[in-house]
Amino acid sequence: MKFTTLLRRPPEWMEHDGPCRDIVLTSRIRLARNLEGPAFPGWAKKEDRIAIMQELQPRIESLNGMKDCFSEDLSNLDAIRKQVLVEKHLISREQAAKSAGSAAVINREQSLSIMINEEDHLRMQSIRSGLDLVAAHAALDKLDTELEEQVRFAWDKRFGYLTACPTNLGTGMRASAMLHLPALVLGEQVNQVIQAVNKIGLAVRGLYGEGTEALANLFQVSNQHTLGEREGDIIARLEKVIQQIITHERNARRKLLEDSPHKICDHIGRAYAALRFAHIIESKEALTHLSMLRMGADMGVLPASEARLIDTLLVEIQPAHLQTAAQRKLSGEERDILRAEVLRRRLHHLPEPDMSACTGPGPEAPPDGKA
Amino acid sequence: MKCDVCDDKTATVFLTQIVKGNMQKINLCENCAKEKGVTDPTGFQLADMLLGFGQGARVETQPMEKSCTACGMTQSTFRKTGRLGCAACYSVFGDGMDGLLKAMHKGTRHIGKVPAHLSTRQADEEHLAQLRTALEEAVSKEAYEDAARLKSEIATLEKSLNQRVRV
Repeated sequence: MKFTTLLRRPPEWMEHDGPCRDIVLTSRIRLARNLEGPAFPGWAKKEDRIAIMQELQPRIESLNGMKDCFSEDLSNLDAIRKQVLVEKHLISREQAAKSAGSAAVINREQSLSIMINEEDHLRMQSIRSGLDLVAAHAALDKLDTELEEQVRFAWDKRFGYLTACPTNLGTGMRASAMLHLPALVLGEQVNQVIQAVNKIGLAVRGLYGEGTEALANLFQVSNQHTLGEREGDIIARLEKVIQQIITHERNARRKLLEDSPHKICDHIGRAYAALRFAHIIESKEALTHLSMLRMGADMGVLPASEARLIDTLLVEIQPAHLQTAAQRKLSGEERDILRAEVLRRRLHHLPEPDMSACTGPGPEAPPDGKA
Repeated sequence: MKCDVCDDKTATVFLTQIVKGNMQKINLCENCAKEKGVTDPTGFQLADMLLGFGQGARVETQPMEKSCTACGMTQSTFRKTGRLGCAACYSVFGDGMDGLLKAMHKGTRHIGKVPAHLSTRQADEEHLAQLRTALEEAVSKEAYEDAARLKSEIATLEKSLNQRVRV
């Protein structure tokens, strides 16, 4: 698969509505694996990294489920293309900074992506729509087992899968879900939730992982422990906590509608106006407004069918996606103009928000998050 | 107050650490502090976290720094970067990592997935032990036909296990 095809095709998760999709955009599982002999990528010499890549890349390409995959040496991708993959959550920011001896292999559905020579020899990822960590894990575990028939991964009875950083030892598994929590943010309850989640050994991060801001009211919740707990138990514990966060978010939405319906209408209305009519818009502002429209679609103020378009736009208005559409490097100001143009065009058909769902006489209970 | 390490110069760096519930106080002069990497906050925090100060202070009694024979990773580089060099590093540095692992994980032993070739190997080894017991029984009962069958099964299994070792 060519890069242009990858760019054109929407990922499978975007096209499907997984469980609790109104609040959980995606579920992801990542496994870290290393070969038995050679040094880890961060310590290996460039020639060794290239040799490892040359050994692993064709094996991964030939795995079941990787037919017609996108497979590229990172040194063949320019900075913008690498950034597009980061914006699509297919490679990490860390890998985008690498070149020779590092590669990415992504299946046609964009549900499985494998980074070769990131921090570990292999970082394999599986993405699913909605809250479905079990299915995401099953798919990746299958790939991992299949690959294990061909290569020997570094594994130790005491430490499990051996990784460059001891934080990933054991299962090498990071399970995470991307949650949209606008009502908890508006109600100023989100910090409490984050603190509670942190206390039980789970991490909450922003849109693009460690050290990033929670743009668009999107938060990633993931496990921190990888050693001393079985994969299935980690996932079950995480799903349970996420279910609780979902309940909190739904309650917060209900409470906001009851206590301050005009405030909600104002947020959605302003977001609608800005996105439909602005001519210059920064990424952060656009993301905040899109988050409000997304919540509006969940609440029945906007057609529910538009939720998917809004999710698509969250990615499409990112800098590298815009520059790819323009087919050239753009300055910040140019990007803000193009971003506004893309939003106006893509949201042209969007009907005015029907606020009666929020403020109308005898408001019905908000839709209970049916995806 | 004199430096605890050189017992000569005046101590200007005072450290209080709680290791396994015991409070330890160490006073260092500027030179000794520098030598131990105490003044480099990033290096020190990691060293502290990884090994506990108790061991850090013992550096003077360890003339040779630990390093991995397979990839050349040294203890000080590991402390600085927090990353190991290769799989073999875990057999070199692994024993000193319990404190670190306890702090960052649920346990210090893996209980998750076992690679298929190892789990079948484990099962095969158990099966082999069972067959050997059965063979002894068969011989003691003079059930030679059974014994012959068991012998050949054992031979096949041993052969396949040995082959897998060589891979």
